[in-house]
Amino acid sequence: MTTMTREETDALIQEVLEVYPEDAKADRAKHLASNDQSAEKSSKCITSNRKSLPGVMTIRGCAYAGSKGVVWGPIKDMIHISHGPVGCGQYSRAGRRNYYVGTTGVNTFGTMNFTSDFQEKDIVFGGDKKLSKLIEEVEALFPLNKGISVQSECPIGLIGDDIEAVSKKAAAEFGKPVVPVRCEGFRGVSQSLGHHIANDAIRDHMLADVEKVEPGKYDVSIIGDYNIGGDAWSSRILLEEMGLNVVAQWSGDGTVAEMKNCPKVKLNLLHCYRSMNYISRFMEEKYGIPWIEYNFFGPTKIAESLRKIASFFDDEIKANAEKVIAKYQPLMQAVIDKYKARLEGKKVMLYVGGLRPRHVIGAYEDLGMEVVGTGYEFAHNDDYDRTMKEMGNATLLYDDVTGYELEEFVKKIKPDLIGSGIKEKYIFQKMGIPFRQMHSWDYSGPYHGYDGFAIFARDMDMAINSPTWSGMTAPWLKGSDAPAAKAVNE
Amino acid sequence: MPSVMLRRTEGGKLSLYVAKKDLEEIVETVEFETPEKWGGALTLADGSVFYVDPMPEPKLPITVKAKKM
Repeated sequence: MTTMTREETDALIQEVLEVYPEDAKADRAKHLASNDQSAEKSSKCITSNRKSLPGVMTIRGCAYAGSKGVVWGPIKDMIHISHGPVGCGQYSRAGRRNYYVGTTGVNTFGTMNFTSDFQEKDIVFGGDKKLSKLIEEVEALFPLNKGISVQSECPIGLIGDDIEAVSKKAAAEFGKPVVPVRCEGFRGVSQSLGHHIANDAIRDHMLADVEKVEPGKYDVSIIGDYNIGGDAWSSRILLEEMGLNVVAQWSGDGTVAEMKNCPKVKLNLLHCYRSMNYISRFMEEKYGIPWIEYNFFGPTKIAESLRKIASFFDDEIKANAEKVIAKYQPLMQAVIDKYKARLEGKKVMLYVGGLRPRHVIGAYEDLGMEVVGTGYEFAHNDDYDRTMKEMGNATLLYDDVTGYELEEFVKKIKPDLIGSGIKEKYIFQKMGIPFRQMHSWDYSGPYHGYDGFAIFARDMDMAINSPTWSGMTAPWLKGSDAPAAKAVNE
Repeated sequence: MPSVMLRRTEGGKLSLYVAKKDLEEIVETVEFETPEKWGGALTLADGSVFYVDPMPEPKLPITVKAKKM
């Protein structure tokens, strides 16, 4: 089904790289590749997790985004203080749509922004006093919080504030976890290091004193599901229907109690490998809890994953898994019957982060669509190892793609749909290409689980088959004698 | 002397993981593989060799100090 040969893909990469100066070209060439399913290790054909080239438009985030925005932020009954100037907290507030239940401002704080609002004098004289005062105020105003995390922004590291000492003192005073997280934005090359730092902070401050408890027979936890648009909920019901007991959700709709519950599970189910594998590995080592990766996008992958999860349990669970798959089969067939005819053969290009560049491929294939290019903002080589098996041969892989490269690839490949972030959305829509914002499901969702797939299919159909796209040419430019439309930058 | 984590993969093979180096590789050969003495030079699938001080056979997964040869 692949439309491009390896030679064509390689030629395209060369053509796009042409504009760069010699050094930049050599650097960027390592990050672009045509997929080779036979390669065992991705490191042979693609380089990842390297510093972005100065001067290009990268789409990456920072370590603070990885820690506060992804890992810590969704833990709903903790207060996450954005320690530093006001902007980082304000612009990352609630944008990721990590849904939760609770009364915001009373016992849950997910969509609120707590910040120490650094001013010039705090930079000059240090902000430790302000932080301890802030923690006192938070305690007085929101006594039902179950803990506080201090998410450092860049200046904290630059001026060398001792947030650990303040946190330790406050933790002793209030008898709650107060977690200093050293996730200054300048650390690392992307948000990926922020995930790692956040995982290490969870390990050191939340799980340090937690002892192994005898696991319940069917206890599992969902790790690395951020409940975007309700994703974790639509995953959770499937596991519960199978007879498993979900004791913890990390970290979408998650709580401190759930985190501390984790050492009593039998199996950790890891959805986003990139952001939470560190803590899963830690729990495997300390508590002996095995972890597996699963994929809840699209009926084929869901069935595969449910069987894989069930294989860790007894026959009853295995039988239940088959029952769940059989129960949803006709519903999913109805979805596919409805949308496949409208979507069959459409080409998709993805450029997102975390797990989506590989996990959603199955869902598109269920709808008869083909993913012709995919790439990650902040993946490591182990992510590409996993991706290469999922992608067709000779399809395009791009790591930390620049704004220019992505636009050029799109102009040449001409996909029918692009899935990427908000910064790319309007560029491509103005180029006349249907687009879905795949970071937070374009204000839709959930996309996980069987229920999510129905929504996913509807959204993709809405984007691609919208009548808008037939109105891209002005009426007076239609017809045979009209001058051909020409892009400004061609 | 990086800290490396040794674990069994889903397929039952021994894998070595170095978080800081972003390296996860299958261990092809282990120099000593008796219950009393386990470790030594670990040869990875990509050809690199890590040396782990011999120890009694550990319960995996385990984090140990290893030296890149």
